[in-house]
Amino acid sequence: MPFLLNQLPKGPHYGILAEFATPADLYHACERVRDAGFTRWDAHTPFPVHGLEGAMGIRRSPLPWIVLVMGLTGAAFGFGLQWWVHASAYPLVISGKPYFSWPAFIPITFELGVLFAAFGAVFGMLGLNRLPMHHHPLFRSKVFERVTDDAFFISIESWDPRFDPSGTGKLLESLGARSVELLES
Amino acid sequence: MAQTEAELLDNPVEGSPTLILRSPDFHAITEVVAEAVERRTPTGWWFFFLPAVALLGLLGVAVSWLFWEGIGIWGLNVPVGWAWDITNFVFWVGIGHAGTLISAILFLFRQKWRTSINRSAEAMTIFAVMCALLFPGIHVGRVWVAYWMFPIPNQMSLWPNFRSPLLWDVFAVSVYGTVSVLFWYVGLIPDLGTMRDRAKTPIRKFVYGFLALGWRGSVRQWNHYESAYLVLAALATPLVLSVHSVVSMDFAVSVLPGWHTTIFPPYFVAGAIFSGFAMVVTLMVICRTAFRLEHIITLRHFDYMAKIMLVTGTMVGYAYATEFFTSWYSGNPYEFFTFMNRALGPYAWAYWIMISCNVISPQVFWSKKARTSIPILFALSIVINIGMWFERFVIIVTSLHRDFLPSSWGYFTPTVWDVSCLLGSFGLFFTMFCLFVRFLPMVATSEVKTVLPQANPHWQAGPERGVRNHRAAMPVHGEPAPKGAS
Repeated sequence: MPFLLNQLPKGPHYGILAEFATPADLYHACERVRDAGFTRWDAHTPFPVHGLEGAMGIRRSPLPWIVLVMGLTGAAFGFGLQWWVHASAYPLVISGKPYFSWPAFIPITFELGVLFAAFGAVFGMLGLNRLPMHHHPLFRSKVFERVTDDAFFISIESWDPRFDPSGTGKLLESLGARSVELLES
Repeated sequence: MAQTEAELLDNPVEGSPTLILRSPDFHAITEVVAEAVERRTPTGWWFFFLPAVALLGLLGVAVSWLFWEGIGIWGLNVPVGWAWDITNFVFWVGIGHAGTLISAILFLFRQKWRTSINRSAEAMTIFAVMCALLFPGIHVGRVWVAYWMFPIPNQMSLWPNFRSPLLWDVFAVSVYGTVSVLFWYVGLIPDLGTMRDRAKTPIRKFVYGFLALGWRGSVRQWNHYESAYLVLAALATPLVLSVHSVVSMDFAVSVLPGWHTTIFPPYFVAGAIFSGFAMVVTLMVICRTAFRLEHIITLRHFDYMAKIMLVTGTMVGYAYATEFFTSWYSGNPYEFFTFMNRALGPYAWAYWIMISCNVISPQVFWSKKARTSIPILFALSIVINIGMWFERFVIIVTSLHRDFLPSSWGYFTPTVWDVSCLLGSFGLFFTMFCLFVRFLPMVATSEVKTVLPQANPHWQAGPERGVRNHRAAMPVHGEPAPKGAS
C-alpha cells in the first residue's frame, strides 16, 4: 500500500520549522509563503483555523467523492443482497408478499449505504492524510510538542525547489516567527 | 469579578454570546481538560466507579442465570411476551440520540455551543447503544444462535427475513453504533494527539501515541479531516432520525391496537431526543462540578438544553394527545379500548407517572430561573428519564396485557431478575462513563478552542484591536467611522 509509506526527502535536513504566536500571525505568514512560490510546505495548528486553506492555497478535499462512491456501493450491495436472498437464493412466501417486495428493502438499503459511506469518510480521510504515521521528523522538535496545545507552526520541507536553509529561515523570521529551527531528517 | 454566572449569561458581550467564561487562552483550555485525566485518581471518582462496577457485576449474575435457565426467570407470560427487556432496549437507544443530535445535527446548524458538551454526549451515545444492544441480544433466550439475525450462511441454508422490522432494527442499531464509534474516534484524534504530546509516562506515551495515529495538526490534514467530519455529520443526521423510526416500526408495523399507528416514528424520535438530553444534563451537572469545568460547560449550555427538553417534552405530550384522538376518531373499538385502558385500566399508575414526568414536569422550563438552576435541572433530568422509561413500558405492556379476548388477559409483574437486568444496565453505562472521564479528554479541546475569539485569524491582540471592535468600527447607516478605526 504505497499511500501508507512515509515519503520523505533524502538529505541531511527534513526542513525548517517556524513557530508563530497567534493564528493571525500564522495566517499572514502563510499568505507570504504561498506567494513566495513554495510548494512542499505545511502549517500546523492545534485546531482548524478557518480560511487558512485559502491562505495556503490548498484545494478542497476530494473526500466527498470517495464517500459518494462508497455510499452508493453500500446501498447497491444492501439492495442486491436482499433481492438475492428473497428472490433468487431461497424464495420463500412470507405474509403473502411478492418475492421481490422492494419497498420493504429500503430501510436496510439505506442503513448499509450510510455504513459504507461512513467507512469511506473515516478510512478515506486517514488514507488522504497518510495516517497512521507514528514516526515523523517533526516529532523530533521539542517545541513541536505544543502543536496540539497552543502553538502555531509553518514547516517547509527541504525538497521544495525553493528551499535554502539560511534564506528560507530568514524569510520566516522576517514574517514574524517566534523561533526558527532546522530539523534533521 | 463580582458578577455571578447567571448575570454573565444575561450580559453577552456586544450581542455575541460568550460561550466560554473567564476568557481563557488556548493553553488554559488544554490544561483544565488534560489535567483531569493526568492527575491522580480523585477519591470522589471511586464513589461513582465502585457502585457502578457492583451493578455491572449484578448484570453479569443476572445474564448468566438468564443464559442458564432461560427467559422464564423474567416476569414474561402470555400475553405479555415483551416487557422490561424491550422497554430497556428502547430506553437506552433513545438516550443515545441526544449525543448524535449534539454532535451531528447541531454541527450542521453551526451551533457553536455544542463544542463544550459534544465529546461526552457522544461517549454517552456509545455506552447507551452498548446497553441497548445487550437487551435484544439476551432476550432471544438462546443467545448461542443470535447470529441467525445476521445474513451469515448457516447450517440450515436459511436467510433472515429482510422484510421484518425486527431485522431492520438489527441493522439500524448496529450501523448506528458503528457510525457513532467512528464519529467519536475521528473527533478524538486531535485530542489524543494532545494527550500524547503531554504524556510523561511510557505507557501513556505508547497508548495515546498509538491511538493518535501520528496526528500532526497540519492544515493539509485538517482540510481532509474537516471534510470527513462534515460528511460524517451529514450521514449521522438522517441515520439518527432513522434509528428510532425503525425501532418504532418494531411496534407500528404490527397489527396490535396501541402499536399500529403512523405517528410512532416522529413521536419516538422526539421522545428519544427528550430523554437523551435529560441524560446529558444529568451527566454534565456531575462532570462540570467534579472536574471544575464551570467556565466551559456554562449555564448558557444548560439553558439551551433545557429549551430543547421543553420543546421535545411538549412534542411528546402532543403525541400522547394525538394518539388518543386518533383512537377515538378511528371508530375502532379495540383501538379506543386500548387507550382508555391505558389511562384508566390496571396500568393507570404507570400512565400517569409517564404524563406527570414527561409532559407536566418539563413545563417548569418556561421559566429562565429554572433553566439556569443546577439543582432544578438535575432533579428534572432524572424525573424525565424515569418518565421516558415509563413511556416505553406503557406502550409495550399496556398494549399487550389485554388481548382481543378477555380470556387472554393478563398482568405483568417484574421479578427480581427483571430489576437486576435494568439496574445492571445502568452499571454497565456508568462503569463505561467513569472509565471514559478517567482516561480520555471529556471536552473536545480542539473544538472548544475554535470558539474562543482569538482563534479567528482576523483577531488582533490588545484591548482596542479585537475582532468585535473591528466590527463595531464599521460605519453604520452612513455615519462616519469612529476615531481610531483602522
